[in-house]
This record gives sequence, C-alpha cells and structure tokens, in this order.
Amino acid sequence: MPDARLLLKATAIGKQFPGVRALHNVDLTLNQGEVLSLVGENGAGKSTMMKILAGVHTSDQGTIELDGKPVDIKSVREAQKHGIALIHQELNLSENLDIAANIFLGNEPQKFGIIDRKRIYEESAKYLKRVGLDFPTDTLVAELTIGHQQLVEISKALSVDARIIIMDEPTSSLSQKESENLFEVIRDLKSQGIAIIYISHRLGEVMELSDRVAVLRDGENVGELAGDDITHDGMVKLMVGRDLSQFYKRAAITPGEVVLELDRLRTPAHPKDEISFSVRGGEIVGIAGLVGAGRTELLQTIFGVTPAVGGTIKLDGKELLPSTSLEAIEAGVVLAPEDRKRHGLVLQMSFRENSSLARLRMDQKLGMIDFKSEIDLAEETIKKLNVKTPHTEQVVQYLSGGNQQKVVLGKWLAMNPRLLLLDEPTRGIDIGSKQEIYKLMEDMAARGVAVMFVSSEMEEVLGMADRALVMHEGAITGELSPEQLTEEAIMQLATGNKAAA
Amino acid sequence: MNKNTLGILGLFILIFGFTWVSNENFINGYNMTNLVKWSSLYAIMGIGVAFVIITGGIDLSIGSVIGLIASLLALAVKNQWNPTLTVVLLLGLSLVIGLMHGLLITKVKLQPFVVTLCGLLFYRGISRWLTDNQTMQYPGTEGLDSFFSGKVYSFFSGKMLLVDLLAPLGVGMMVVGCIGVFVTFVILLIANFRKSIGWGIASLLLDIPLLVFCILNYREVKKPFLLHLWSGALVLLGFIFAAVGTTGEKFGLASPFFFLLVVAVVAAFFLNRTIWGRYLLALGNNEEGARYSGIQTDRLKITAYVICSFLAGLSGLLFAYELDSVQPAQTGEFYELYAIAAAVLGGCSLRGGQGAILGVIIAAAVIRLLRNSINLVGVSTHLEFAIIGLVILGGVTADEIIKRIVAKRRTAQVKAAKG
Repeated sequence: MPDARLLLKATAIGKQFPGVRALHNVDLTLNQGEVLSLVGENGAGKSTMMKILAGVHTSDQGTIELDGKPVDIKSVREAQKHGIALIHQELNLSENLDIAANIFLGNEPQKFGIIDRKRIYEESAKYLKRVGLDFPTDTLVAELTIGHQQLVEISKALSVDARIIIMDEPTSSLSQKESENLFEVIRDLKSQGIAIIYISHRLGEVMELSDRVAVLRDGENVGELAGDDITHDGMVKLMVGRDLSQFYKRAAITPGEVVLELDRLRTPAHPKDEISFSVRGGEIVGIAGLVGAGRTELLQTIFGVTPAVGGTIKLDGKELLPSTSLEAIEAGVVLAPEDRKRHGLVLQMSFRENSSLARLRMDQKLGMIDFKSEIDLAEETIKKLNVKTPHTEQVVQYLSGGNQQKVVLGKWLAMNPRLLLLDEPTRGIDIGSKQEIYKLMEDMAARGVAVMFVSSEMEEVLGMADRALVMHEGAITGELSPEQLTEEAIMQLATGNKAAA
Repeated sequence: MNKNTLGILGLFILIFGFTWVSNENFINGYNMTNLVKWSSLYAIMGIGVAFVIITGGIDLSIGSVIGLIASLLALAVKNQWNPTLTVVLLLGLSLVIGLMHGLLITKVKLQPFVVTLCGLLFYRGISRWLTDNQTMQYPGTEGLDSFFSGKVYSFFSGKMLLVDLLAPLGVGMMVVGCIGVFVTFVILLIANFRKSIGWGIASLLLDIPLLVFCILNYREVKKPFLLHLWSGALVLLGFIFAAVGTTGEKFGLASPFFFLLVVAVVAAFFLNRTIWGRYLLALGNNEEGARYSGIQTDRLKITAYVICSFLAGLSGLLFAYELDSVQPAQTGEFYELYAIAAAVLGGCSLRGGQGAILGVIIAAAVIRLLRNSINLVGVSTHLEFAIIGLVILGGVTADEIIKRIVAKRRTAQVKAAKG
C-alpha cells in the first residue's frame, strides 16, 4: 500500500461509556478510493467507531490522522469540514421537503440571508447525476422509495465534498434490485476517488463490494481480510471467534395436519390479487420476495390488523376472518412484526410488562392483574429464551435488537399459538441471537405449530424454510419445494418471471 | 411511590414549611380546612384529565363542563326538580359528553386537542344560552341544602366533618413516626456499613449521605428506605396535625375530601392493578404496539375520555356547593388548565404512557398551596400566575433531567450486563 493513497489513519482508539468499554485500542486505516467493510456482531463497537470518525462521539484515547496530519474531530460539523460524512441506518431526510432542499439542508447557499434557490436546484441536479438518480430536483422526498432516498443522502454527502462516506447498514431496508443499484453507485464513487466505509450484517454484500474487511469483536480489532481472503466463512470465524461452517441447515420433516388454509384471500394492499395456499403443523414456510411485494401485508391480514377484503382464512378447519388482532390471537395466530420497535414492543415499559402484555388477559382475575404469574412468566421467558437483561424490570428500550426480538417472541410463546407468523425475524440482529431465534422457530415447529416467516435474506429462506412461497406485486408467483429451493429460482419468481421457475 | 411523586412531595413540604415560617396564620384550622377542600376539588379534576393524558390525549373542555353542570344545577334548583333525578341526569350527561369526545377522537379520528377545544366553546355557549347568561343565585347554601334535603344527601351537601382530636392524633403519629424513623435508620446504616465503612461513618454523622446512598442504591434498599421516608413524613404530618389542632379555629374535612378519597382509591386501583390500567399505559406509550398485542385501543381511549368528563361533571356538582352563585360565562373558566397542570406536575407526560394518581393529588395540592402561600407571604397577588407557571416549569424540568440521568445509567447497566 503506497502511503500517498493513505487517507485516514486511526490509531489505538478507545472509548468508555459509563460501566462499559465500547472500544479498546482499535486501529483503522483507509485508502483513497477504497471500500472498507467493517463487520462484527451487534455490540462489537462498529457503530461507536464510526460515530467517533463522524464526530457524533469523541474518543477517550487514540489519534486520528487525515492525510498524515492529526485532526481532532469534536462535532459532526467538523467531521464534515474534514470531508467525512455518515449515512445513518435510519435516514435523516425531511420527507416534506423536495430533493434539492434536503441535499442542502443546513448548508443552503445564501444571498444576503435569502436562500439562493436557483443555485440549489442547479447544483443538486449535478449531484443527482453523480449517483445516477433520474428525478427532477423538486420531487418531494416522501414520494421516493427508500432506495432512492438513500441516494439522496449520498448526494447530500457529496454536496459537502465528502471524501469519506460511512454507510451504516445501508441495505437493511432495500430490495435486491435497489441494493444492486446502490452497489453500482458505490463502485462509481470509488472510481471518483471517494473512500467508503461500509457496515453491514449481510456478508454476501460485504464480499461483493469490499477491497478490505476489518473485523471487530467486543470493541477490539480481531483481524483484517483483503482481496480473495474475504470469504463468508472467514468473516464469520473472526466475528464469533469460532468456526461455524454449518451455520444453519434444517433437516427434512414430515408435516402434520393442515393448520392454515387460505382460499382466494384478498388483502387491502393488493385487492385484485387472490392468494390461496395452506400450511401444515410442524412446517416452516418461508415467504420470499422483494420489498413491497405484499408479504408484510399478507401476514398483517392473517393477523387481523388489516382485515381482508375478500376470500377466506381457515385455522384448523374453522373459518377465521379476523377484523382485529385480538380475534386472531384468541384463535391462536400470533405475529412477530417487521418493525419491532413500533409494532412489537412498548419500548418504555419493562421487560416484565412487555412479556405479559398478551398473556395478561388470560391470567386476570375479575380484571385484576395476577402479579405473581406475571413475574413467573417474565423469569421463565428469561430462562427459556436466554434473554440478556439485568433483571425483569429493565425497560426494553435499553435491550439490544436480538434481546428485544426475544421479548416479542416470548410474549407470543406464552400464548401457545397454533400459527406463528414472523416478519423479518432476524433483521438487525447479531449472529449469536440469530441462531437462537432459528432454534426457537424449529422448536415451535417440532411442537406441531405452523410457522410462516417473511424474509429478505436469501440465506435465511434457503436455510430455514421447508418450503418457500415467492411473492411478486401482491400475488404468489410460485412455490418452491426443498429440491427446487435455490437463490436463482427465488430471484426469478420474485421479479415476476414465472416461466423460469 | 415513584421518584417523581417523592420529588413533588418534597416540593410540597418545602412550600408548606416556608409559608408556615412566614405567616403563623397559615396553619390555623380555618385556612387548613379550605386548603384541603380546594386541593381535593382540583385533584378530582386532575385525576380525570390524567387518564386522558396517559393515553397521549388532552381534554380542554373540563372547565366548560364544570360550568355547564353548575348552571344546570342552578336551573334544577330554580325549577324544583327531583334531586335524585337531577344528580343522575347531570352525571349521566357528563358521561355522554365523554363518550362523544372519545367517539370523535377514535372513530372519526379527530385530534383530541381540536375535539375538546370545540367542546370548551360549545358547552360554555350552551351554559350561557340556557341561563340567558344571567348570574344564577343558588338560594344560599341553605337553598342547596334544602334542595338536597333527603338523608342520602346530608353528607353530600357540603357539610363538614369536624375533627376534634386532631392534636392528640398528631402527637400519636409523631411518636409512631419517630420509632419508624429510628428503626429504619439503623437498618439502612447497616446496609451502608456493608457497602463500605466510609459510607457508614459518613451516614452516621449526617442524614444527607444516608439519603444519597439510598438514592444511589435504590433497588437494594427500596423497602427500608421508603419506610424511612414514610416514617419521616408521618412525623411531619403528626407535627402539622398537632399544630393545626392547637389553633383556635376548628379544622374540618369537607365533602370533596371524601369524594377525592373514593375517586383516588378507585383510580389508583384501576391504573395499577387491573389489566385495563396496564393496557392504558401501554397504549399511551405505543398505540400501534398495543394494538398488535391484541389490545382494543379504541375502547380504552373512549373509556379515558368518559372518566375524564365524568370526574369533571362530579367536580362541577361539588364546586357548586362552594359557590354562592353560578356565572354561566365564568364558572369553571381555566379550570382545565389547573387540572392539566396538576397532572403534568404530578408526573404525567403529555407524550402519554406515564402517570401516578398520588402524584397528581399532591401536585393539585401544590398548586392550591401556592395560591394560598402567595396571599399569606405578602407577595403581590398579581404575580400569582407567574409564580405558579414558574414552579410547574421548574418541576417538569427537574423531572426531565432526572429521567435523562436514569436513562444513561440504564444504558450503561445493560451494556455492562452484555459484558
């Protein structure tokens, strides 16, 4: 590596939060025009490290050099001045403003205190062109898809002359196609000499994109991979500190009786498409497809939060057309929703109160809460699902993503469901917890429960599903048996290509 | 009792003590009788609006509902209606008002602020129209007494329970309280010494290190610490009782106090012990999340508005006893703001999902106490609103700061637990 290309050098970075050592002696180098991926389990310190570079946090120890000169990054603004921009996992755009206004938000060119609108529109058009976004600059951001909004964020970074763009889980809510488009843009930026630091849980993407991969574990460097050494197994091994060649693979099963039967079901999101299929007890069925294919809406309709507009649902042979989630829950249908924080949990309430939220109704005595059985349930959930929480009274807001998901699952397992619906069950969850959640799904299936999950992670569908249904624009375009189940086949069906299956 | 309630109690004690020191007339039986009575009235309204605020909503119509109910009561007295029927009708009307608010908010999906703002204007207008905007004299309190002449109402009709043995009761409370303080002090001291000798010695010399220690290790010493504080409060209360009991004027408990007692016990039980109370808190924090857990959020929200308007109607009846006359254009004006202030100062967040009944009651008392105090201390009464505003602002600011510190500690705890 010639030193002339060395852009950023962080040495022995340390960061202490009250009661916890987030980073210890972390080194990181970044060259011009390079894509460096940073991987590690949740809590490994990736985000903290990036926030230090971007000026959100300040480090306690260590030095950062830019172009060989030591710099002191104290705020986001200073980081921007040095050409470092961070694109958060949750985008920070104002949906009510148009593209151009968002790009220049907080940085508006002015003439005597009046925004120079003409310049804003002209210049933002230039940046949009650089990221290949073909929209008029006065389009409202609310009208863009998430993938396109991401590109606006990148344009925003370019508008402050960023030389280093840090992307934190940029593809977590993008469809395959949008992700590929983003990768195109990243390669393009790279060729313009911009360095990218890329954080992702999706190791496939990391392999595809990176020139170099730095791995963190428990706030320390554990290794670096470059070029051909960047392999899935190699990264996982470093991340978890153990070999996981057989990460997950479900054994063949013999399913039981039909539990769920849909007949020409029509959801309010796609009222023209009729959906018919059935799921047996003990079966794990994966629903694949692109974001927006109607998968989430299908689960929500079965769960009763968005009632069906036509067709029938049968559970264990009995008709069930829930118009509220309560009806579905009472019949034995539960849903671990995609947006855990908004739909799955009451973040400000304690672990105990969240665990019992659904069960409460069944343990009541004349409307009074049975506190003893509530505490028992909370303690049992901690044990059964191996939840990492200091005590049952911990507010769930402060738990990690994996543990939060366990709270959601614990809440539903307490209801002894007949049909377990999971929407993106492992999104944003570290590898360790992921495995535990897969194990849980298998346990439920083994007990005769019908399990159905939606996932945008190919590997998850391939590894976990006994059978996969693929959706495209509201309709089911195909069903894949274990023998037919390949990444290729899913993609063909997910993009609406029926014939190829 | 949560930390917020402790804080507001501390504030109450502070103002109480300060006023007492500044003006010895403060503690006399007559003044205390009034303070308790008016605090109770405010607290009943405050508890009502607390339920709505817990759902993340607001009710601005309380004052106008009070005005409407008081005006209708005046009409009933004038026209010699049947008293039982009148009470049933008026309370029934306030239930219907709450139901309408709830339905408009949940089914038509209007914003609570808008719905109840319209209510504020509408009920006020109806009161003025029904009464021709004439000041209606209740024919003296005797008039109301004769209106409610039946036995059932003799307690209801503004009579007072005179407390004769206040002084000896106070002394007794002080004795019991002192024993409690001493015993819990020893227990806490032992806990201190266990943690570190330094803490122990420091606590032996002064009570402040002891209290700091207890707050820092709240979870471990929760029970003896709370007992310690309660015992201390008992001593203080006993002292106050004894002082009030020895003043010339008799202290009495007016009917609003007993109504508050019933309302508070029922409300606290509902909120903390029933599944519906839990659901209310859950939906206040995250309505969608509650719905996805099978909670029928609309019904609960409607219930909250019904409770609020019902308690507004009830306090309308109770206020009527305290006034000689009803002015349809003014009676109850701004009371919704006192109620909301009491709820917020008492620990309800306007973001929803939080609330403690005891806190609301103490906060209502703080607001009444402030008014009383401003009069007695000799501050210009024109400053009344300014001072109340500042105290509430200070209270919620302190609360917010404490919350942030707690949040930081929690995050650290979890990260430490993860290793």
